[in-house]
Amino acid sequence: MINISIRKKLMMAEGACDLVINTKIGTGELTAISGKSGAGKTSLLRMMAGFLKPESGFMKTEEEVWLDIENKIDLPVQKRNIGFVFQDPALFPNMTVKENLQYAAGKKGDKQFLNQLLEMVGLTSLADRKPAELSGGQQQRVAITRALARKPKLLLLDEPFAALDNEMRRYLREELLTLHRKFGLTTLLVTHDLSDIYYLADKVLVIDKGEIIKSGNPNQVFANNTIDGKVQLQGEVLNTYKSGVVYIVEILTGNTIMKLVVGEEEKNTLHPGMKVLVTSGAFEPVISLLS
Amino acid sequence: MAFDYQPLWLSLQLAFITTILLMVIGIPLSSLLAFRTFRFKSVAEAVISLPLVLPPTVLGFYLLIAFSPNNFVGRFLQNHFDIRLVFSFPGLVVGSVIYSLPFMVHPLQAGFQSLPKALREASYSLGKSKIQTLLKVILPNMKPSLLTGIVLTFAHTIGEFGVVLMIGGNIPGKTRVASIAVYDEVESLNYHAAHIYSIVLLLVSFFILLFAYGLNKKFFKAGLNG
Repeated sequence: MINISIRKKLMMAEGACDLVINTKIGTGELTAISGKSGAGKTSLLRMMAGFLKPESGFMKTEEEVWLDIENKIDLPVQKRNIGFVFQDPALFPNMTVKENLQYAAGKKGDKQFLNQLLEMVGLTSLADRKPAELSGGQQQRVAITRALARKPKLLLLDEPFAALDNEMRRYLREELLTLHRKFGLTTLLVTHDLSDIYYLADKVLVIDKGEIIKSGNPNQVFANNTIDGKVQLQGEVLNTYKSGVVYIVEILTGNTIMKLVVGEEEKNTLHPGMKVLVTSGAFEPVISLLS
Repeated sequence: MAFDYQPLWLSLQLAFITTILLMVIGIPLSSLLAFRTFRFKSVAEAVISLPLVLPPTVLGFYLLIAFSPNNFVGRFLQNHFDIRLVFSFPGLVVGSVIYSLPFMVHPLQAGFQSLPKALREASYSLGKSKIQTLLKVILPNMKPSLLTGIVLTFAHTIGEFGVVLMIGGNIPGKTRVASIAVYDEVESLNYHAAHIYSIVLLLVSFFILLFAYGLNKKFFKAGLNG
């Protein structure tokens, strides 16, 4: 459990804004931090890592106090035993894949563990390549692996999939989940991608203008109420139109376009671009707005 | 009269020592300028850049005054450390270090600033100290800037004239470097010796620069292809 209570003044595009966060991160959970850009997601993550110092508050794990402004405790990033993955892979260009990992693990690093890591993410054949020779997806895989080389307990990821195409994104998502479970990590993932959140997160914190406005499991947070349905699909409204006596809504989920029949009232609430959750119950599909 | 190689040798020694000292001073100084913001930073940057625009004689004149045993700095050094910087080789080294400071600091500062911040932060997040990060991550990834700084400092020190003349004078074997020797020989109408010094300085300078550009091209390619 990581106990966080911090306050930090941030300069945003719309002016100054106080980031005020009081929350607990469960050990072994994968928590997604979501929200609009500029809401303070990355700042929160950077404060957890120790790259950024809040004006007041504390951050405690079960064993250690990382930050306690009142008592002048501020553990530097080096001592927090975290893994951090940036949006840009930030691999060291002068080192090969293997050397990147070895540097991370340190001189006393467990060589066997590194080889195991490389094998798990299928990078063994690329171990002697320099980062510049790898594709964007491969680089980000190395970055995630490197972050784990020191066997951290906490893994922090700042929009790690943002620069990747959909296929690579899905692939890496899967891999992250495997690693998270295999090593019993506590993972924090900053993302604004709903599918990341639905697929990966045990819990999601939604931050807006420096505050947590919602938290809970993704279903609770993104569907207005708990819906018990057999299938839940999230998607985006592409179009609505009248066809004979009924109204048709076209919804994009993944790469599929669904056509659903709705009533006039419902049609009027749905506009192209809206994120929706389609729940197929026993009898008919229900479309609810995602906030 | 046999040709005197001493001035050339002295020039190389001076350039070598100055370059080493400036690397030691320049790396922390330029990283400070690149990564930190502090009060009077612009003042510091302006002072470091002064030798670029100041006539070398002006700098040499002030150093001569400062180092003179009649004045505070000179007296202090003489009384406490028994060091006399005026008309001595150590004095030339101090003068050259100040004079060539921007030639080391500017390329290094640009090099530090060109590296993404995430590289440093990634290294810190892996538990590495600032020194480890500097030695293992930052410096190896800015080799072209390092090389540029070293080469410019070396070549610039070899080509130094005004500062050296002002604080060092023209003492054979001590402060008579090659650039001074050229001037001296021409003054004594000894064109033959002046020719030799000049052609050696010209060739040395040219090949140093050629070497640097060649190596930088290699680094550039290596950066693209691994």
